[in-house]
Amino acid sequence: MRGARFLTRRRGVAGSGRGWHWTDIATWVWLVGGTVLMFGPAVWLVLSSFKTPAALAEFPPTILPYAQQTMEIDGRERPLFTVTTPDGTTQTMAELRRVGIVAQMVDPAAPEAEPLRVNIAEREPLREIAFATSNYTEPFLRFDFWRFFRNSVFVTVVATALTLLTNSMAAFALSKYDFRGRNAVMLLIIATLMVPLSVILVPLYSVVSAVGLLDTLWGVILPTIATPTGVFLLRQYMLTIPDELLEAARMDHASEWQIYWRIVLPLAAPALAVLAIFSVVWRWNDFLWPLVVLTSTRNYTLQIGLNSYAGELNVQWHYILAMTVAAIVPVVLVFVFLQRFITSGIASAGLK
Amino acid sequence: MSLGARVGAAATAPLRALAAALDPAMRGWQRLAGRGGMIGLFLLPNLAIFTIFVLVPIGLNVAYSMTGGAQVFLADRPFVGGEQYARLLECENHLRPRTCRDDTFWTAVWNTARFVVLQVGLMTGAALVTALILNRSLPAKGFWRAVFFFPVLLSPVVVGLIWRWILQRQGLANLVMVEGGLEPVNWLVDRFWAFAAAVGVSVWAHLGFYALILLAGLQAIPKDLYEAAEMDGTRPWRVFRRITLPLLTPNLAVVVVLALIRAVQIFDEAYVLTGGGPGTATMFLTQYIYETGFASPVRNPGLAAAASILMAGVLVVLTLLRLSRQRRAAQR
Repeated sequence: MRGARFLTRRRGVAGSGRGWHWTDIATWVWLVGGTVLMFGPAVWLVLSSFKTPAALAEFPPTILPYAQQTMEIDGRERPLFTVTTPDGTTQTMAELRRVGIVAQMVDPAAPEAEPLRVNIAEREPLREIAFATSNYTEPFLRFDFWRFFRNSVFVTVVATALTLLTNSMAAFALSKYDFRGRNAVMLLIIATLMVPLSVILVPLYSVVSAVGLLDTLWGVILPTIATPTGVFLLRQYMLTIPDELLEAARMDHASEWQIYWRIVLPLAAPALAVLAIFSVVWRWNDFLWPLVVLTSTRNYTLQIGLNSYAGELNVQWHYILAMTVAAIVPVVLVFVFLQRFITSGIASAGLK
Repeated sequence: MSLGARVGAAATAPLRALAAALDPAMRGWQRLAGRGGMIGLFLLPNLAIFTIFVLVPIGLNVAYSMTGGAQVFLADRPFVGGEQYARLLECENHLRPRTCRDDTFWTAVWNTARFVVLQVGLMTGAALVTALILNRSLPAKGFWRAVFFFPVLLSPVVVGLIWRWILQRQGLANLVMVEGGLEPVNWLVDRFWAFAAAVGVSVWAHLGFYALILLAGLQAIPKDLYEAAEMDGTRPWRVFRRITLPLLTPNLAVVVVLALIRAVQIFDEAYVLTGGGPGTATMFLTQYIYETGFASPVRNPGLAAAASILMAGVLVVLTLLRLSRQRRAAQR
């Protein structure tokens, strides 16, 4: 805390070199409390995802993942316990079998000896920190998790590529040409801002079903690619590209299409990067629309798959938690490497 | 090469490759149809998708809301006029859902209204405090900003599952309660706590986004105003009241309206967290629309369409407000 005090005294807005102001205290309380509240749940998720089902069912839960130690005796893994013998000493023993509250246990050093009958109240499981990595590997092998993952990647990549192409073409036309009806088109696009998915769920479903895209990944992709925010963002950026560049290219007999992809696209790269990042996050996280469109399990995206596993009667939390962590990984990577773009995109265009 | 240029190049490289492949065809089209034809072509893909997947559904929605039955295709559905609206709106007392013909709808309406007020109020307040704090000169600024921002990128399903895991009977929340000498609470089974959890989790997930918008607004306030105030020896609270707050008002308005628009549509994280329960304690409008149209044993797309049109009315008003506010904030 002395370090914090030193820093705030030197740097606090109100700190004119005269020690603590109440705002400095409030600042650090908010920051530290905020860190615990915001990071805590995510850290807890990751720690829990490495616990065995038995450890997950415990209350109070341990912070770190523990698992009971085992040892192989007569070709089978036997759990180890610390047993308190009648004379008060403790000893590590392996359980052979258990009947009611009495367990038959042997000394692992001498497994051939006559088993000792021990009341289960007189023993403690012997535990060590262990990461149950099978939580991660088994969903890939036993469930459709790998398929969900591939579906999600396909939807995200294709939808983002198409979004960039169609939105940049429209933005180019709307920023670099004067034509009759331009304002009408802009107004139309603004108007679609008012129509979130939840409002047109029923008719959109029937349209997608009429086009024959029900229960397909293309049915998930197509309705999402004409994002009004994307057109807006790109158009605002393209307006700053000087028209003289385009005129010069026309002098050199460049076609309009060449002007679009040889001049405007490279110059608009920063805006395209922002839109690409957002599109990836949007499409990776989409829930309601895929939930409505996709009906067969093999077409599920990751989010839908996760939700359906979590909705089962007997929730297998050890798998769910691990799959949740796996679903976060791509987003965390985007965040760690590209945080600056995301924050600038939000601050300048109010994207989300 | 800077990271920015690299991401930009990565995003545009496939596009440019595709565009290059289309080049000869486009040249031919321009010779045939002229510059006007090219403009049309640039607009075509986006407008076609808009038309098919947004404009047509908007028109169809009105038609659907006036038909009955469970059939998906409009042509198979009998016309019922305003019956669906009547079914939604008929109440002896609109404040008491039980006296309504469709009690679930009005439960959802009032749940959503309560949610919107609480969530937007709490979140805007917390976002403002966070933005003010992040705007101070702090060590490791980027880290603190990331701390508050990162849940924004998590999917609603992930957010719902994380908190379901924490709030379950034997979860971390109850561990904290027990360690603190309190009785454990059955968070997601108790009506009051489940609703509070839906509000709190939503604030947790979106706070960072709004804090970031406000932070950008704070940073746009000219520094010399603060310097002048400091020279006059103005007290911090007065500086906040007289300089910061008035100059931040346009951004605050944008934040509030944006948050309202999103809060009205609350669905996914609450749905994953509580499934609308216990009973209908956390049933919100979008979930009502989804379940009525798609997930209930007796589907009623017409009723869902009517409900979504009523919700759209609220959203249109809010969006118009948003656009006017955004323009005002931009003009500043």
